[in-house]
Amino acid sequence: MSVVIKVENLGKKYLISHQRPERYVALRDVITDGTKKITKKILNPQSVLPQTREEFWALRNVDFEINEGDRVGIIGRNGAGKTTVLKLLSRITEPTEGKISIKGRIASLLEVGTGFHPELTGRENIYLNGAILGMGKSEIKRKFDEIVDFADIEKFLDTPVKRYSSGMYVRLAFAVASHLEPEILIVDEVLAVGDAQFQKKSLNKMEDVSREGRTVLFVSHNMPAIETLCNRGILLDNGKILMDCDVNSAVRYYLESAMTEYNTTDLEKRVDRHGSGKIKVVGFRVLDSAFDEVKFLQSGKDYFFEISYKNNEKKPCTNVEVSFDVYDERNSRVLLFRTNFTNSNLNLSLSDGKIYCKVANLPLANGMYHFSVFLAFENIEVLDYINEIAYITVDGGDFFGTGSLGLPSHCKILHEAEWHVE
Amino acid sequence: MEENSKDYIVIEAGKSEKNYFRDLWRYKELFYFLSWRDIIVRYKQTVIGVAWSIIRPILTMVVFTIIFGKIAKLPSADAPYPILVFTALLPWQFFSNALQESSNSLISNANMISKIYFPRIIMPISSMIVALVDFAISFILLAIIMVFYRFVPSWKIVFIPLFLLLAIIVSTGAGLLISALNVKYRDFRYIVPFIIQFGLYISPVGFSSDTIPGKWRMIYSLNPMVGVIDGFRWSIIGKGVQFYMPGFIISIILTIILFLVALIYFRKTEKTFADRI
Ligand SMILES: Nc1ncnc2c1ncn2[C@@H]1O[C@H](COP(=O)(O)OP(=O)(O)O)[C@@H](O)[C@H]1O
Ligand SMILES: [Mg+2]
Repeated sequence: MSVVIKVENLGKKYLISHQRPERYVALRDVITDGTKKITKKILNPQSVLPQTREEFWALRNVDFEINEGDRVGIIGRNGAGKTTVLKLLSRITEPTEGKISIKGRIASLLEVGTGFHPELTGRENIYLNGAILGMGKSEIKRKFDEIVDFADIEKFLDTPVKRYSSGMYVRLAFAVASHLEPEILIVDEVLAVGDAQFQKKSLNKMEDVSREGRTVLFVSHNMPAIETLCNRGILLDNGKILMDCDVNSAVRYYLESAMTEYNTTDLEKRVDRHGSGKIKVVGFRVLDSAFDEVKFLQSGKDYFFEISYKNNEKKPCTNVEVSFDVYDERNSRVLLFRTNFTNSNLNLSLSDGKIYCKVANLPLANGMYHFSVFLAFENIEVLDYINEIAYITVDGGDFFGTGSLGLPSHCKILHEAEWHVE
Repeated sequence: MEENSKDYIVIEAGKSEKNYFRDLWRYKELFYFLSWRDIIVRYKQTVIGVAWSIIRPILTMVVFTIIFGKIAKLPSADAPYPILVFTALLPWQFFSNALQESSNSLISNANMISKIYFPRIIMPISSMIVALVDFAISFILLAIIMVFYRFVPSWKIVFIPLFLLLAIIVSTGAGLLISALNVKYRDFRYIVPFIIQFGLYISPVGFSSDTIPGKWRMIYSLNPMVGVIDGFRWSIIGKGVQFYMPGFIISIILTIILFLVALIYFRKTEKTFADRI
């Protein structure tokens, strides 16, 4: 197998300014800062000038090699440096140190619909966007019908895209991008767009691409997609490679490290939440039937999930809808408990308090799970919504009373059935 | 890795691209499509787009003819005053349109710069093509005006492409420099309207350079557009237009210096565009 990408000691440094959030400077400021500095120097020659811009290594000492036909999933938290790696490989930005050697025609897709112009029609944008992504005119002509077909926009081909719905827009954009045929394909988190049905279609298209033996570098937060599409995983953390191995181990390691992280951060301080915040979730615990906190779960036992909340409005809130969702390692929702299913919306008092959700005979097979919690006022206002509020493993237990654990790798939900023959 | 294959590239910190010009050639279709986009978008914005590119030069011509020809009574070589003005407006409008389009091109396509690789120089240059189309329209207008005044242009009109080329080099130089500076210092864009406004008054658009006293002529020629405009008048009007050679040479030298400085600055900074934009 031949090496198609070789990365040696790669590093990328950004300058971040603390005074101004913008990345560019204004000439005006250069002039005024300059005079300020000079006056300060004159008035107080000993003073050390405060550093206004700080160096920040988004990526450092990164080495890897990619062989022809490798399908590499690059994973890691937000800000880990995934996009930066892709930008360096696709020559959008220059490395600060290190060397990259690439053999083969690269196409990179950091976003769908780059360069789309709202005034141009669908047809015109297909040509323009194709050219932007590196397709030749004849190549676009050849694939034109296929692209239109995939996007399903025949009727609107000659309508300016500014009149498109966002769904149509995304479909067209992805359709053009997915007809690229480079030797090396680089894809950043672009599959998270469009409706569920279209996402599935895009994913299938990606699977076709990877089956054709192309070399693919794929960044996504969608772990199941990473696991189906890729055969190798690179885990980035703070600009360094933490793991470079088979995709399943990398994903598993990443999810486990995410688990410890989420379980140790203070819920009240988390910012990755949505909602008005009138009522805020500030604590989450899992208790057994004796109200003792537990660190792991067992199939078939009874548990209380305790959600502590803070009422910031200081007045009672009636008819609150609470949703408690359970996701498996592949991020599929396997259980969904919601107060309005059982007509048990809650009235929350004006002070702070705790909500309990009792789940008897826990029907989860062994594995790792995470939860999300959602509070809403009637159907009207989202009060607070936190995804990945906690991670916990189900380990052992005896749901069926026979010692069988079910088949956790095949099915996460346990349910008893009665069998007989006639 | 076989190092001599066609698609083999090495990216190294701080090293400039070895095959920059080969790469430019490879992206020629993108160049073509970007100009095509700008032209379509410009003229799609309906009648107004086309009308504006006709009305603006004619209005300027009328105003300048009244101010400089009728009120100030400046000499007009051997042509009707409107034609004297319009021959200068051709290259001047090209310069001002090209500069406006190209100096903003990187900022207004920021998204493309930060998501796609292409030789960045394509952006400011392709955006100048619209100005070239406007130039062609204005040229037709000039022909109509000449018919109206029963004015027969000089045979030297065959040299127009040379002076147009000079105008293109001046505009490219200024456009590359300002577009790159614009990425770094975002308030640079306010300087462009100023250059254009001020430039219109100090360039010999409303009057002939021959009205400039001899001893000032050298200094006056430091403005590269003076050489271009004089060249246009010389080749279209011909009779009665002196060709001031020393000034023209100075214009050419300055144009080449401007272009080279701009190209070097652009090449030096283009790799950081994506980080700053
Ligand atoms: N142009 C830039 N200027 C300054 N900092 C940047 C720039 N681009 C990215 N960063 C920073 O670099 C780090 C890595 O970013 P990125 O590669 O986008 O992360 P990821 O894609 O893994 O979420 C982040 O902390 C981000 O804020
Ligand atoms: Mg990213």
